[in-house]
Amino acid sequence: MKKFWALFFWFWPLVAILVCAVAPSRGWWFPSAPLSTLGHQIDGLFYLILIIVTVTFVGTQAALGYALWKGATKGSTQKAWFSHGSHKLEIIWTIVPAFILVFISLTQLDVLAEIRVISKFPDSVRNAPVAEVMARQFEWRIRYPKPGQQLMNVPQPGDLYFVNEVHVPAAIPTMINLRTQDVQHAFFVPRLRVKQDAVPGLIIPVWFEIEKAGEYELLCAELCGWGHYKMKARIIADSPKGVSEYLTRLEQEQNEDGVAEVDASKEQ
Amino acid sequence: MATITPALETHDHSHADGHGHHEQTFIQKYVFSTDHKVIGIQFLITTVLMLMVGGALALAVRWQLAFPWESMPVIGKVFGLFHGEGGQISPEFYTMLFTMHASVMIFLVIIPILAGAFGNFLIPLQIGADDMAFPVLNMLSYWFMWPAMFCFAVSFVASGPTAGPGNGWTSYPVLSDLATASPSSGAAQTWWLFGLTLVGVSSMMGSVNYMTTIINMRAPGMTLFRMPLTIWSMFITAILQSFALPVLTAAGFMLVFDRLSQLLPTTIHSVFFVPAGIIVNNAAPTVGGGQPLLWQHLFWFYSHPAVYIMLLPAMGMVSDMLACMSRKPVFGYKPMVYSMAAIAGLGFIVWGHHMFTSGMNPALGMTFMTSTMMIALPSAIKVFNWIGTIWDGNIQFNAVFLNCAAFVALFIVGGLSGIFMAAVPVDIYFHDTYFIVAHFHYVLFGATLFGVFAGIQFWFPKMFGRLMNDKVAKVHFVLTFIGMNGTFFPMHLLGIAGMPRRYADPYLHGYLEHLLPMNQFMTISAIIMGFAQFLLLGNFFLSIFYGKKAGRNPWNANGLEWSAPSPPGHGNFDVPPVCYRGPYEYSSPEAEALGQDFILQTTAPPAGVKRTAVHH
Repeated sequence: MKKFWALFFWFWPLVAILVCAVAPSRGWWFPSAPLSTLGHQIDGLFYLILIIVTVTFVGTQAALGYALWKGATKGSTQKAWFSHGSHKLEIIWTIVPAFILVFISLTQLDVLAEIRVISKFPDSVRNAPVAEVMARQFEWRIRYPKPGQQLMNVPQPGDLYFVNEVHVPAAIPTMINLRTQDVQHAFFVPRLRVKQDAVPGLIIPVWFEIEKAGEYELLCAELCGWGHYKMKARIIADSPKGVSEYLTRLEQEQNEDGVAEVDASKEQ
Repeated sequence: MATITPALETHDHSHADGHGHHEQTFIQKYVFSTDHKVIGIQFLITTVLMLMVGGALALAVRWQLAFPWESMPVIGKVFGLFHGEGGQISPEFYTMLFTMHASVMIFLVIIPILAGAFGNFLIPLQIGADDMAFPVLNMLSYWFMWPAMFCFAVSFVASGPTAGPGNGWTSYPVLSDLATASPSSGAAQTWWLFGLTLVGVSSMMGSVNYMTTIINMRAPGMTLFRMPLTIWSMFITAILQSFALPVLTAAGFMLVFDRLSQLLPTTIHSVFFVPAGIIVNNAAPTVGGGQPLLWQHLFWFYSHPAVYIMLLPAMGMVSDMLACMSRKPVFGYKPMVYSMAAIAGLGFIVWGHHMFTSGMNPALGMTFMTSTMMIALPSAIKVFNWIGTIWDGNIQFNAVFLNCAAFVALFIVGGLSGIFMAAVPVDIYFHDTYFIVAHFHYVLFGATLFGVFAGIQFWFPKMFGRLMNDKVAKVHFVLTFIGMNGTFFPMHLLGIAGMPRRYADPYLHGYLEHLLPMNQFMTISAIIMGFAQFLLLGNFFLSIFYGKKAGRNPWNANGLEWSAPSPPGHGNFDVPPVCYRGPYEYSSPEAEALGQDFILQTTAPPAGVKRTAVHH
């Protein structure tokens, strides 16, 4: 029975590792490969940590299981090892993990700066948000500047509005301004590895470079009330030309009063 | 045993009335008692029952995630809710479920079971005192839990039975601040805040008491570095608690004022957390210049240290139990103490890692990331030392040991998953996904609760003079361990798959649809784990009356508490104890000289032998 317990503590980490090993093939992994430039860097850091953590996990669980096995197979006449510890070991297992942790920490800094520090944003986007994304219970309201104009923080006449669909150019860096009209929300695009809270009273710039044209889910990741789960929207990445065509279409629809068309048909 | 402490042994049969104290009425003795042991047991029973309440709420959450929008059992039949909807719960009810699950588990189970139950029961016994420094304050610390529980109970129904507090246990404003923001932001939220404040009052009274008692009331010879690690952990926790709590209490009052100013606009004017121009639910724009991030800073300034308040005492207790069950001294006693102190110290400067995506200054994010990474260091040192403690020991494979070993095994998982989230860029993806839910359940359930299960069984004979059934406890252990891993391990994968937390229906989003079967598996695991707790309850309550009788020292342990009668009478010890050595001298030559593998801290060295500091 003693050996059973030792095996028990060896067995479950094996199951855990096995589950993780088959996870990607079962769809229990990232929803897709990262589809933004920053996403690749984030995933790279994730896999770096994953390797370090897996080695540590296997090592410590194996050691724990072995300590149990040693105890289980010890004869009842043998006595326990009387020891209060070892200075040498303490120093080793203080310094080695300290170096690893500082190393992990240092590898993160550049990517963090690229994501968040405004002076490190690509020059082309720093002061040129393409849209304002205003979160609201429970939808996303998008405001684009009138084609040819700059986006202002205060809504301007001629601004274009749409709900739950953000059109941005693909293959070039893009920046949006994130705001909320009511409570706190968070702008989460899983496939792009983008997440940023929308904080009441703040305008927060968020930049990303989507590599390929396509549709990307946008959801809310900060509890915002009963309908938190249904703030479903999408980001549509298109060529710069496609985006400007979309905006022109949007402008036409928005300025469409329906009157002119009816009059025109009567005149014929 | 008789060979070492013959003088104490003779008192064993007469402990209950052997102390010459005045007669106490039933109420004084068992209800409004100032005896730390009674208060500890009161805390223990209250929190174990609350564990079942919190667990039931968790199962309701799991039900919705496995069978979204299907008729929820019990809710309709027992509470008569959602009949009109055919038992289908509402999304705001779901937000209430996870909010109250967390609130009950954190504030009414984990914090009071560690500090309140074990702290109260063990501190005087392990340091050789007859009671706490302030017995009345101690009694009040328990009885202030009741108004807190009352407020939490009222909060369930204050805004109607289907709109309990639903803004998360973190209750971020503006959602929790403006009553119009959600159905659960009304009176329910105010009552919840009152409950939180009262729990804080209770904890504060306890902490002041623990610090004073540990500093002033140690038995002769009980130097600081002869204290069991349980006492060190309680001491450090009390310091953490008393420095961090005032901040939460202040923040709570600020939020209460913000909320009351909406009810009494002519008397109270405060907008600490609401900026100007916010339009909630088409109400008029707000006026004022508050800052919602202020709440997050204040809240996490308490609640991050609180994470260690919810862990350190379990770490201390497990160190004690592992040494005893391996019949070996704790490996690296002083590094263990210093690493707990380091965790506590660093614990005060890592709160910002809860706010990596909040829009706080990125330079702050870098600082918080480095300090957060560094807090993994003392945790790692502790893990290595625990394994060192077990190494080459004469292991007693009982339920106490198994739960402690599970503590170590599962704490490793919780600690390692923390590294992903300490790294800001990686955290940006994992923030507010199920990855974090997996992480903190591995720490709070995997580590702390398994430590608590072990602690209950280990000190049960001291509490009630009887042993719990080891076979039942082992079945409970296996079912809980399997259920726990089946429930929480897949959450890591859900997090990697990008499933956000606090979603009543994640499957609304196409890329999460295929995760439903996994969630159903997790719910079944959770149900097994939940029902396994009835074994614990049954074992606990039946053993009080029918358990095998235990002597003073059923585990052959060293601590001062084991030299007292089981259960100790009022005043604890037959004679004021004197401490001669450290608490972990298992299998020491000194013990062998007595023909045993343990030596009580109270056992005097043979005459003529100089008191040696074998310890460090």
